[in-house]
Amino acid sequence: MAGHQTYEEQKALVFKGLMLLGAITIVEVFIALLAKGHLIHGVEFKHGFGHYLYMALMVGFSIYKAYFIVFYFMHMAYELRGLVLSVLLPVTLLIWAIIAFFQEGSAWGARRELIKEKNEEVVQPAPAGKPTGYLLPGASYYKG
Amino acid sequence: MADTSVTHAHETHDDVNEAELWEGGAEPMGATYGKLMMWYFLVSDAFTFAGFLIAYGALRFSMPTWPEADFVFASFPFVKGHLPLVFVTVMTFILIFSSVTMVRAVQEGHRENSRGVVFWMFLTILGGASFLGCQAYEWTTLIAGENMTVSQNPFGRHIADGIYLNADGTEAKNADGTPKTFKKDESYLLHKHDGKFDVPKIRYTAGAYAGQTTEAAFGPKAFGALFFFITGFHGFHVFSGVLFLTIIMLNAAGGLYAARRNGYEMIEKIGLYWHFVDLVWVFVFLVFYLL
Repeated sequence: MAGHQTYEEQKALVFKGLMLLGAITIVEVFIALLAKGHLIHGVEFKHGFGHYLYMALMVGFSIYKAYFIVFYFMHMAYELRGLVLSVLLPVTLLIWAIIAFFQEGSAWGARRELIKEKNEEVVQPAPAGKPTGYLLPGASYYKG
Repeated sequence: MADTSVTHAHETHDDVNEAELWEGGAEPMGATYGKLMMWYFLVSDAFTFAGFLIAYGALRFSMPTWPEADFVFASFPFVKGHLPLVFVTVMTFILIFSSVTMVRAVQEGHRENSRGVVFWMFLTILGGASFLGCQAYEWTTLIAGENMTVSQNPFGRHIADGIYLNADGTEAKNADGTPKTFKKDESYLLHKHDGKFDVPKIRYTAGAYAGQTTEAAFGPKAFGALFFFITGFHGFHVFSGVLFLTIIMLNAAGGLYAARRNGYEMIEKIGLYWHFVDLVWVFVFLVFYLL
């Protein structure tokens, strides 16, 4: 392992990693404070396009940091293709998990009032002498 | 393919011991068993953390309001005042530094330099321990100072414009005599006085609830539960990492890995784990503090 680089090159990579991760973190926090209106009075990106741009930037920076840590600090860049694929391919399943669960969460949020209404709904008991159970009004049932 | 390899194995019977192949002598992934299993453990751990963070996203989307990170995470030791995200940036830097010193330890291991390994691992342990100390401060501030727990979240946000009311129902005034109003999406923290929450009365002046008088509500309690579970689970990883790093550093100092003559592979394996902890923090930082 690590026969691909000289010792000096390795040390240079460590320094580069420190500078890169540190710089990205500072830029991230700077943009976050700017977007939330803490740096310049009256300037903020909390709604609409500016907000989406802000979120996309934050996610992009974080994925780049993750890439750098995995490929250079954890040496993924120098591993065999089989190992790389067996680690990275399963992780792509998370893309669907994110889409599905966020969709589920938004649907829940959008129907909060309806869910509350349904939870508080009182079901009328069936009249005495008839078969027990709740029949939906207007629905046709087999009455053999 | 199978034929040729069988022939090959027979031809080179003297050079390659068949038993050795079955014992893992040939490495199809170019990594030893231990390193490979560490990678696969980390894949499974990534799914656990992803499950937690995706749950955070799903619950956040399902709520009408959600606490603002720059309002909630704004304290700094020995400093009074509102310093949004500054302390957590310090924590992030501590973790980046300890990741960098870990890379140096692995490199010194490849050179079979025992003193270098111990020196850089010691710095890594210091970084991990400082991170835990910072987290202890953050949790203490939230639990003891601001009364947030896994089942109670006093950090709320107004759902519409309105005005604060006095206890007798009249409109509250600021010190300079202007009406004490609030805007939609404005954050607030409910304070405790003598063991009881001081919940102000409010009246909305805009939106679907305009004209209605109510009490300022608690924030979604899922926020507290998710915060303590996710940062706690990450902190537990840091804690176990510090324990393992300490054991491995002592072993390295005692010459155990030098005797194995495998380029201090144990340092490489614990290094993978330690970088993973930093990797998870990148996403915890993103989800809790930036978005």
